[in-house]
Amino acid sequence: MDKTLEITVQHQLGDLQIDASIIAGSGLTAMFGRSGAGKTSLINMIAGLEKPRSGRISICGYCVFDSDADINLAPEQRRIGYVFQEGRLFPHMSVRKNLIYGMNLTPAEQRHQDFLKIVELLDLAPLMERLPGKLSGGEKQRVAIGRALLSSPQMLLMDEPLASLDSMRKGEILDYIERLRDELTLPIIYVSHSLEEVIRLADTLVIIDQGKTVAVGSVEEICSRLDLHPLTGRYEAGAVLQVRIAAQDTDYNLTRLDTAAGPMWVPKIDLPVSSDLRLRIRARDVTLSLDKPENTSILNIFDGIVKNIGESEGNQVDVLIDAGAPVIARITRKSLDKLDLKLGTRVYALIKAAAIDRRNMGLTGKPRLKDQQ
Amino acid sequence: MLPLSALELEAIQLSLKVAFWAVLVSLPFGIMAAWGLARYNFPGKTLVNGLIHLPIIVPPVVVGYLLLVLLGRRGALGAWLYDTFEISVAFTWKGAAVASAVMAFPLMVRAIRLSLENVDPKLEQAARTLGAKPWYVFVSITLPLTLPGILTGVVLAFARSLGEFGATITFVSNIPGETRTLPLALYTLTQTPDGEGAALRLVVIAIILALGALILSEYLARRVNQRIGGRDNG
Repeated sequence: MDKTLEITVQHQLGDLQIDASIIAGSGLTAMFGRSGAGKTSLINMIAGLEKPRSGRISICGYCVFDSDADINLAPEQRRIGYVFQEGRLFPHMSVRKNLIYGMNLTPAEQRHQDFLKIVELLDLAPLMERLPGKLSGGEKQRVAIGRALLSSPQMLLMDEPLASLDSMRKGEILDYIERLRDELTLPIIYVSHSLEEVIRLADTLVIIDQGKTVAVGSVEEICSRLDLHPLTGRYEAGAVLQVRIAAQDTDYNLTRLDTAAGPMWVPKIDLPVSSDLRLRIRARDVTLSLDKPENTSILNIFDGIVKNIGESEGNQVDVLIDAGAPVIARITRKSLDKLDLKLGTRVYALIKAAAIDRRNMGLTGKPRLKDQQ
Repeated sequence: MLPLSALELEAIQLSLKVAFWAVLVSLPFGIMAAWGLARYNFPGKTLVNGLIHLPIIVPPVVVGYLLLVLLGRRGALGAWLYDTFEISVAFTWKGAAVASAVMAFPLMVRAIRLSLENVDPKLEQAARTLGAKPWYVFVSITLPLTLPGILTGVVLAFARSLGEFGATITFVSNIPGETRTLPLALYTLTQTPDGEGAALRLVVIAIILALGALILSEYLARRVNQRIGGRDNG
């Protein structure tokens, strides 16, 4: 893994003690955690907008902060692009002037982003002469992304860029971010508290809780760790698997996916056959059975063995099943006892196809290193 | 209204000249003072703020007298200025401009400071991440967004300068053609027998000038705000 970002920082932020250590590679790294966990502070430290008490930060092998060596580069010297939650477009400049602001400040030999390409990638052409005050929330965010990219940064930082948008706009901007992730070779750090966004976009997931890095790893790896479910959100938690579109069934309006656990039917996904996807199966949409059910409406039945049983919380418990791919089921404690599930028990996992939609999926685009296991 | 008399014309021209230079020279200092007060906390900030606002609170005669003591030919600063640069502002129109500038300074600083405080520092941070050095951020982001306040400050200071009386007459006296601005000319006429008619004409002229400045400022402010557009959600 190319180390594009290495951070070890200590800082005191009110009551919050930040003590984080992150190594990120190429592609998109999501910093995930609840609000108030210190994510924005961390990203501000990378950008040079906040100064940690001590530690070291290097971007693409270039040290930008080192408390021991007394190095602390100003934000304008760090060559990062920053997309803020609220856009922060300059209200007195047209979209065009906003876009070229950073570009003009970048020495010609360091410019690696083409104006026309970015304008096309983000569909900015129709907005050019407008003032930011006349743009919708989604348009503003697109301009903000373009403006950051056109300063030809070494790394793009995004701090909850979708937080102030409604769900329609969110989906739209997610498409754009997915596109630029796949079309530009630019490491991206993406701060979010939405698992949905993370699953769609991230290659690497960093979980931040109370100022500390709790876990770092691939999305699939982190999501199948039952002990992290309290942090990823119990309601949203579930296993994430790599899948590929195998066939489209136009009669029933379904799509067949190839997964490591076998074929799986889901409501039709509008993507070409053999697209690679990342798919989350929420634990609450999975049912367990000891016998193979016959004559059931459930289309997807995987058999596997119980790999892990999570800590019970109230009346529920998460069970991790190895079915060739990890599958997590949320069942009641009562069922756990009734079925007498133990590590190694053979079970059938029943997955409701209707529960899976585009929001649980992310395009993984071109094959990435970690996919070639 | 009949054509202006030579004396009226002289007073108007002098007043405009004095006000123009008073505003022009004090503007950079006004912006700096507003910036310092709006953006920094430093020991003695309350005192500095108080000193800047002093001309509003104390009688203008006090300001005029202090200027005389400080900048007169034998004053602490005045003597040095004269010895070093052979400059003397005492009893000249330049002195009148200094008096006007000092009196109008608090109004100018207040207007600019209010506007500066409305500029979101987050926009300046965004500019830094895009590669702008602090001075360029100031020139390209902060200053343009403060423009409405600067305009208001300039017009207020200009209008205040046109009306300056007490500090001027104390500092640079009432010399025809040199320091006799419109208010001083008006005062002189009121002290002259049969001067009422001419005084009234000057009163009307003063009102027209002040209103003109105000209308111009409103117009400019509206244009600037239109350009900046819906700045509520930049």
